[in-house]
Amino acid sequence: MREINISAITETVAELCIQACYNLSDDVIKLIEAAREREESPFGARILEQLLENIDASRRTQLPLCQDTGMAVVFLQIGQDVRITGGSLEEAVNEGVRLGYRKGYMRKSVLDPLSRINTGDNTPAVLHLEMVEGEQLKIIVAPKGFGSENMSRLAMLKPSDGEDGIRSFVLDTVVNAGANPCPPIILGIGIGGTMEKAAYLSKKALLREAGKPNPDPKTAALEQELLQAINDTGIGPQGLGGKTTALAVHIDTYPTHLAGLPVAVNIQCHSARHAKAVL
Amino acid sequence: MIKAITIPEAIEQLEELRAGDMVQLSGTIITGRDAAHRRITDFLDRNIPLPFQLTGQGIYYTGPCPAGPGKIIGSCGPTTSSRMDSYTPRLLNLGLKFMIGKGQRSHEVIEAMIRNKAVYFAATGGAGALIAECVKKAELLAFEDLGPEAVYRLEVANLPLITAIDCLGNNLYETGPKHYEYSAD
Repeated sequence: MREINISAITETVAELCIQACYNLSDDVIKLIEAAREREESPFGARILEQLLENIDASRRTQLPLCQDTGMAVVFLQIGQDVRITGGSLEEAVNEGVRLGYRKGYMRKSVLDPLSRINTGDNTPAVLHLEMVEGEQLKIIVAPKGFGSENMSRLAMLKPSDGEDGIRSFVLDTVVNAGANPCPPIILGIGIGGTMEKAAYLSKKALLREAGKPNPDPKTAALEQELLQAINDTGIGPQGLGGKTTALAVHIDTYPTHLAGLPVAVNIQCHSARHAKAVL
Repeated sequence: MIKAITIPEAIEQLEELRAGDMVQLSGTIITGRDAAHRRITDFLDRNIPLPFQLTGQGIYYTGPCPAGPGKIIGSCGPTTSSRMDSYTPRLLNLGLKFMIGKGQRSHEVIEAMIRNKAVYFAATGGAGALIAECVKKAELLAFEDLGPEAVYRLEVANLPLITAIDCLGNNLYETGPKHYEYSAD
């Protein structure tokens, strides 16, 4: 049994919040660079260039990449041989978010859904816990902006809808989203499980290295096919027309009930921010 | 070709812009997003005078990050404009001259833009740090209690924009994607 004190968790979460909001990972940068080379639209090319300049500007000025520093989605993979000491795990994570958003001068965007009164410190986080083997604690912080989150959708398709139904639901979601999620986007798609499992899978699929295919060749082929179809829509960077609407499509699947076919599409903007650490 | 426009001096030039024209905007604009629009509308409903002018002004839909020590403003890219659509025709009728945001506008907004010869610019969503570098001065104007949604007056220099919808109703969000849509023939 390994003991981990909650103070280490708080510190790490705070650091990861800042890291995620200030640094875009190389996999995403490479995809934007490649898209800029291919883009035929002058507006599209200018916008992609600005996104790359923005990464430099963020480093130079020490400002977050985007003003929507999101709601903090925190994934914890807890080894089953780990014992958390010193207090509440949930409060430790929220304290980390509180500290990180204050120290990093990030926007506090979280509020009560009905009164619309801001909590003032970007808490609470959305916390996903997973028990795994071993004695490590893996923490992933993925701040999620709502320009893209708002355009995400879930459908309980019929088994008879099949893969064609999945294709048209995904495309319809992207076309309906248009310019709003700040294309070029990355799509996380969860297929199977129950309603909430599909949504969880779609969010988790966004954590994958951008553009890395699903290990299953048939699923990977569907990812490629959807990516092509999305880029053929012409929506383009910022929805002003062009060949780059999506940078990547990530699908994750899970067995489902014989009567159903849940499909969740989580849209991520090009500011695909996540940072991780292992304690 | 990128057109440099300075406001308020060249405010009349905005009517000559056409959808697709790239612009570098300099001058003074005000910020406002969801909560500020709700409050402006509430003030108008109750005949309370607004703490700032709308006539001849431009509004930028943004909710910046807080400014760190020694910084003029935090990251400040555009937010989705369509959430302001239900409030916008009223502001246009009061003389609002242009808007800066991202994404499609409603039919009602475009009709009001044509009537009032107003322009809608797209700023690049997600380029918040780059845009912050164009802000030379930021001062709190009203509604401080709205936090990141308060109204600021910004002095900008060479803010990179694309004319998305012009005062004739030409709409790059319609024509742009159509032009690049793949067709088999």
